[in-house]
Amino acid sequence: MNFKLIAVMALVTAFLRFLPFLIWNDKRKTPKAIVYLGKVLPYAIMAMLVVYCLKDMSFTNSPFGIPEILASLGVIFIHLWKRNTLLSIVLGTAIYMILVQRF
Amino acid sequence: MKLLKKVIVKTIPVLTGYLVLGMGFGILMIKNGYGIGSVLAMSLFIYAGSMQYVGITLLTSGAGIFKTMLTTLMVNARHLFYGISMVEKYKGTGVYKPYLIFALTDETYSLVCNEEGGKSSKEYYLLTSFCNHFYWVAGSLIGAVLGNLITFDTRGIEFSMTALFLTVFVEQWLETKHHFPALSGLVSTVLCLFLFGKEHFLIPSMLLITVALLVNRRKYREKIEK
Repeated sequence: MNFKLIAVMALVTAFLRFLPFLIWNDKRKTPKAIVYLGKVLPYAIMAMLVVYCLKDMSFTNSPFGIPEILASLGVIFIHLWKRNTLLSIVLGTAIYMILVQRF
Repeated sequence: MKLLKKVIVKTIPVLTGYLVLGMGFGILMIKNGYGIGSVLAMSLFIYAGSMQYVGITLLTSGAGIFKTMLTTLMVNARHLFYGISMVEKYKGTGVYKPYLIFALTDETYSLVCNEEGGKSSKEYYLLTSFCNHFYWVAGSLIGAVLGNLITFDTRGIEFSMTALFLTVFVEQWLETKHHFPALSGLVSTVLCLFLFGKEHFLIPSMLLITVALLVNRRKYREKIEK
């Protein structure tokens, strides 16, 4: 049963990933609405993913979302300052790890 | 290879995230009595972090095929959106295309969604997709084999994923004056998080975002469609 279920999960996941490409393949011209969405969705999706990553944050239970908020602000400000992706991620993660481990 | 070096540097945040999350997955699978073969199969062929974690529960609870199908659809629905926004960019990638589509995870998406697209980017797409896939499989195997030996405190290291997405978000914000898409993403998702709870908010969010963007399209038609 293991490998049957694994196969199902793999096939459904692949289906979801491939579906848009199967519908709008090279032979058929992509509808303008889809081309438009292709240009604007990345911005919206990245915002969605940020919220998704922070969804477990709780303001009512310890640590009251403080590590997430401080580390996130850290990432944003360090990135605005130096525009270096690796630096922003490493320092931001370090801030989070210290806050979560010490408090 | 200069491009490979560039890709490796760019994918370091994914490396750390996938090593940790992958190891966590590998450890959990072994703890639940599954073998390295199952770990390898899942990380190679499903290649979806959150789905694989949920998958452990499906396996251990002896779920049926229908429930597995439905759960996978719900958990991974957002990948439809990645595909929609990459349809144009992945044109012209030739023989790489099936693998690129297969390997489109959250993190890979964040690294490919802002590139030019087409032939000039296809090597970048391939190397990025492959490196991330490799990190994930490696992390899973390391977790399965060595998990219990890690001694230093890695608590919180998974924040590297959040940090990656935040950084990409900031870069995207700085490169455009048209902030409606980003703001609609934020507002829609937070709204749906409150309305539907953290288990069920993604699909409503995606629907709301799509509606908002299509409605907004009429207003900003000239700006976007140059």
